[in-house]
Amino acid sequence: MAASLRCFLRSGKKAVSALGQREFHKSAPVAAQVTVRDALNQAMDEELERDERVFLMGEEVAQYDGAYKVSRGLWKKYGDKRIIDTPISEMGFAGIAVGAAMAGLRPICEFMTFNFSMQAIDQVINSAAKTCYMSAGLQAVPIVFRGPNGASAGVAAQHSQCFAAWYAHCPGLKVVSPWNSEDAKGLLKSAIRDDNPVVFLENELLYGVPFEMSEEAQSKDFTIPIGKAKVERAGTHVTLVSHSRYVGYCLDAAAVLTKEGIECEVINLRTIRPMDVESIEASLMKTNHLVTVEGGWPQFGVGAEICARIMEGPAFNYLDSPVTRVTGVDIPMPYAKILEDHSLPQIKDIIFSVKKTLNV
Amino acid sequence: MKTMLAIISNALCRMTGRNAGAQTVSEGARVVVSRSFADFTPQATFDIKKCDLHRLEEGPPLKAELTRDQGLQYYRTMQTVRRMELKADQLYKQKIIRGFCHLYDGQEACAAGIEASINPTDHLITAYRAHGYTYTRGVSIKEILAELTGRKGGVAKGKGGSMHMYAPHFYGGNGIVGAQVPLGAGIALACQYQGNDQLCVTLYGDGAANQGQLFESFNMAALWKLPCIFICENNKYGMGTSVERASASTDYYKRGDFIPGIRVDGMDVLCVREATKFAADHCRSGKGPIIMELQTYRYHGHSMSDPGVSYRTREEIQEVRTKSDPISMLKERMLSNNMASVEEFKEIDVDIRKQVEEAAQFATSDPEPPLEDLCNHIFCNNPPLEVRGTNPWSKLKSVSKT
Repeated sequence: MAASLRCFLRSGKKAVSALGQREFHKSAPVAAQVTVRDALNQAMDEELERDERVFLMGEEVAQYDGAYKVSRGLWKKYGDKRIIDTPISEMGFAGIAVGAAMAGLRPICEFMTFNFSMQAIDQVINSAAKTCYMSAGLQAVPIVFRGPNGASAGVAAQHSQCFAAWYAHCPGLKVVSPWNSEDAKGLLKSAIRDDNPVVFLENELLYGVPFEMSEEAQSKDFTIPIGKAKVERAGTHVTLVSHSRYVGYCLDAAAVLTKEGIECEVINLRTIRPMDVESIEASLMKTNHLVTVEGGWPQFGVGAEICARIMEGPAFNYLDSPVTRVTGVDIPMPYAKILEDHSLPQIKDIIFSVKKTLNV
Repeated sequence: MKTMLAIISNALCRMTGRNAGAQTVSEGARVVVSRSFADFTPQATFDIKKCDLHRLEEGPPLKAELTRDQGLQYYRTMQTVRRMELKADQLYKQKIIRGFCHLYDGQEACAAGIEASINPTDHLITAYRAHGYTYTRGVSIKEILAELTGRKGGVAKGKGGSMHMYAPHFYGGNGIVGAQVPLGAGIALACQYQGNDQLCVTLYGDGAANQGQLFESFNMAALWKLPCIFICENNKYGMGTSVERASASTDYYKRGDFIPGIRVDGMDVLCVREATKFAADHCRSGKGPIIMELQTYRYHGHSMSDPGVSYRTREEIQEVRTKSDPISMLKERMLSNNMASVEEFKEIDVDIRKQVEEAAQFATSDPEPPLEDLCNHIFCNNPPLEVRGTNPWSKLKSVSKT
């Protein structure tokens, strides 16, 4: 009797309410499993509701519910004025979005993938990023450019490029690269509320992945500050720095390495520009070893920048070995699965690199 | 003698179809006695050139009314732009202005005519030949010249230069050919979205008219019926390339295909004004975008580094100056209709010269922006941030005041 009662109670507040009083069914605010897609959707939904100047434009974002269903349900809720399907005219509609931002609106401009943003890159850099500076602060451009970035699965060379390094090179832009659902929601909300151009790099392969979202993260006012990295896992022997999908790979590698007595500290950059170098340095000063992990190409990339910054800063003297970069292979992305698999970092590559860095 | 002249003038008037009712005074006759304002014609109607139409049943009117006050105001605006640009030419040759400097002299009727027909709450964006519009949209001569000379008193605090000047409802000043056109369509989208009955005038040149992003903009503007007046300032040359060598079709007013278009005499401020009024009504009535091609001419080369005579003849330039100068045309019209006196125009000229001179004085004596300003305004409404200087020990500060 006691056991079954306890069982009943354990099954949640709902059950107790049903026993005790009659009241409306309320779902309790507890941590929930939310996919990255849904987290992004929530972020946009909440910001569209909060500020009527916010609107979304891009290919298939409205009636198709989004090429990757990220904007599912938004057109139905907000209509043609706030959710706008565009023709296939990246340069044109990116420019239109920037113009709208200059004239007082807060557009979210979706690129179906960031590969197509190359056609519009002049508008992102010359019209959006540089304008606040050129006008000495007279003209703000509160715009978010978002969409999937980097490799997907089997989409080959023209659809697999990572643009983190390209955009992060330019002053006047903020470049954000979330990993999990909390990152996705909190950072997208911050990006939309920011009065400056933000390039928001999502990852198509993460859209369907569920992550736990805390109670706090589910609230309508939950934001994550742009420019601050997060230590996802504490460690003592080596610091792994990554962004987007590869944060997950780093955690997986750490799980394997811990069995061998190697404790990895995993840092999720969250923001590429401005980069939170201080967090990396603080960690490095503790572990003395640094490995960067990214999906993009090695030359002039995110890892290259981290290396340079570490060399220029106080943490250099704490290095017991040179920084190691784990990156995508320096080739256009091939199609055949076996080749594609070997074009990107695998968990075993991270493990191998950590051991080499630690000289074990 | 005076009666004879008056008779001849009246006859000429009748022949040219001018307002025969007005008293006329031959420009050659010297006026000994100063005229009181009561002597001047307060308003006159002028014939203006018919506009070529594309996908339009009716176009702008064939007559334009001009009041004395309006005339003097348009004159003042155009003459100010003219003198300001010539001053910039001078300062550039003295190496006080550097980099790019694209001058607008010859095209004044476009800027003046457009501004005369839109509201200050409407929006305007143009390309790099922007000094005239910067002035008509409300920035002082002082702030324009000081921006050209790169001083802290410039409208963009010396950070922008010739091609990057901004003002409320004026979005520059854009250096990348054609990029301003989607921006302008976006500003029009914002007007429509906000339901404020405002429109956006989006200017581009005959060179930019072949940019792909224009056609993307035309498509979306037409699809969504954006309140955008696309205006092609056709000054016959894209840098050193004549329109015939650049465009398979030089009927720029037709290039919008499904968007109605008008081709306008861009040297006649009244023609520009009437056409823009027509276009504005079209947009504001929800009919969507419209294209205007203003046929105009620039006296200077493409920029200060282009003498402008390798791809066109001096004779051609001179012919335009003598036969179609926008300022002379307006002045001539007003004088021959007794709407103002030669002295009045002279007084305005003297006043403008003085203002431009004072502005140039300011622009040459104002200090350059302080070095502390170097990294400011990378972002708007942002907490201060640190910026790497040229070397790792150089840590600079960036603030953004709202």
